[in-house]
Amino acid sequence: MTRRPGKGRRKIALKDRLTPVLISLVSVVVVFGAAAWFIGSAEQWPRIQLQFFSIEAMLEAAPSVARGFLVSLQLWLVSLVCIGIWALILAIFRAMNGPWFAPLRVFAILYVDLFRGLPALLLVLLFGFGIPALNLPGLPKEGLFWGAVALILSYSAYATEVYRSGIEAVHEGQSMAAKALGLSQWQTLRYAILPQALRNVVPAMLNLVVALQKDVALLSVLGVRDAVREAQIYTARTFNYSSLVVAAILFLLATIPLARLTDHLQRKDRQRRLQSAL
Amino acid sequence: MYRVEIEKLTKYYGERLVLDAIDLAVSDHEVVCLIGASGSGKSTLLRCINGLTEFDEGSVKIDGVDIYDKSFGRNGLYKKVGIVFQAYNLFPHMTVLDNITLAPIKVHGRPKAEAEAAAMKLLELFGLGQFARSYPEQLSGGQQQRVAIVRSLATEPEVLLLDEVTAALDPELIGEVLKIIRDLKERGMTMVIVTHEMGFAREVADRVCFLDSGRIIEQGEPHQLFRHPQNPRTQKFLQRIIESGRLEASA
Repeated sequence: MTRRPGKGRRKIALKDRLTPVLISLVSVVVVFGAAAWFIGSAEQWPRIQLQFFSIEAMLEAAPSVARGFLVSLQLWLVSLVCIGIWALILAIFRAMNGPWFAPLRVFAILYVDLFRGLPALLLVLLFGFGIPALNLPGLPKEGLFWGAVALILSYSAYATEVYRSGIEAVHEGQSMAAKALGLSQWQTLRYAILPQALRNVVPAMLNLVVALQKDVALLSVLGVRDAVREAQIYTARTFNYSSLVVAAILFLLATIPLARLTDHLQRKDRQRRLQSAL
Repeated sequence: MYRVEIEKLTKYYGERLVLDAIDLAVSDHEVVCLIGASGSGKSTLLRCINGLTEFDEGSVKIDGVDIYDKSFGRNGLYKKVGIVFQAYNLFPHMTVLDNITLAPIKVHGRPKAEAEAAAMKLLELFGLGQFARSYPEQLSGGQQQRVAIVRSLATEPEVLLLDEVTAALDPELIGEVLKIIRDLKERGMTMVIVTHEMGFAREVADRVCFLDSGRIIEQGEPHQLFRHPQNPRTQKFLQRIIESGRLEASA
């Protein structure tokens, strides 16, 4: 074992590694410090701080906003499950070829075109106010329920497309092999294609998960007492906007880790593909 | 009666004629090698035999029964005729054992334990027993292709189609795959083999067919065809192969 040359190389390498880190650190501190100083020294800053970042108001609003955020989280989770299932069904409709499945295929295509082409807010208003107003017997009348339905219908259109891209990314040799073994079209999807497709789509799907986490706030227009609604109620009472900042912080606490996880999975996925391509 | 009987098989890809009224009959236990330049229609012909590729005219019969005959049912044809692909096409998310037992269990309704025992026996037979619980990506290309061959044997086909099964392999891995095919020939398996391995075709084939622009323009017993090709195009093709060093001239 030759130790000395190795040691020397490592010393240089360590120095080489540290220099960029130091430069980054210093430049970040300087730039952000300057920005903070600039904002903090502005004439309007105390007013801004009182309006948006009042610790007192934040603490006062926090319990009700947090309660609302729990509602947001519940809505988010329930919608996620429904979207995951409904979009998968639509993607399977879309993937079945053969003349007998044409109606299913056409339905899936029209569905995606329709719901992807409409703003989620419009759907939330249409379903959340419109359907309860019909007073249909036997159907729920809560805006919360129909608002969630609207979100599920809208997001399923996007999720269907994500599933579809995952299905199409599976090499055609796989379905040929399955067919040659005698598997029916459904069996081919179920045993050969979907398990691979689902693994392919995890990173892309997580992007939708993050987007939905924020879009459940749309239901606040229906009077659903989620985080945004609770924050607005506080604002309306006190004319102080710090409660909305509390809601914002809660959303960020939930979405940032998810976004990091998505990045991480995407990176791993890319590595896996590169490896399998070798 | 022939195992495989192809009559006037014609196939177009759009405007392009890829198979031009091909006649080919394969007897029981016979091994037929299809050779020819890429694009000559070999692989397409192979895939027409088990209905993976649809053709425009002509007919394919297995044991005298048309492959589109109702008596085959939904998967009877695939049980009788197995196929192995160039790119193995193993299912990457399943273990070797699950790859092999998928069709016997899900398509042919065999009990899991019985199918697994049969699969293990086949794997042992071809020296792959220790890989039963591995995933395809953990195996070398040669091992994967051998597993793919075992997978196609698991439904006990009477005819095996091999589509350039060594073309994707590193040279040092080709031997182990060819050995399995030799074993299968000894066991009497009827095979139609598309291959670029001329030396192997000469050794294993009972008959070699040379395809050119969608037609079998010359066929015969391998020593005859490789040593004394009659057709000028066969001569030219073999000359090119010999020049590229992939076939010894004096065999």
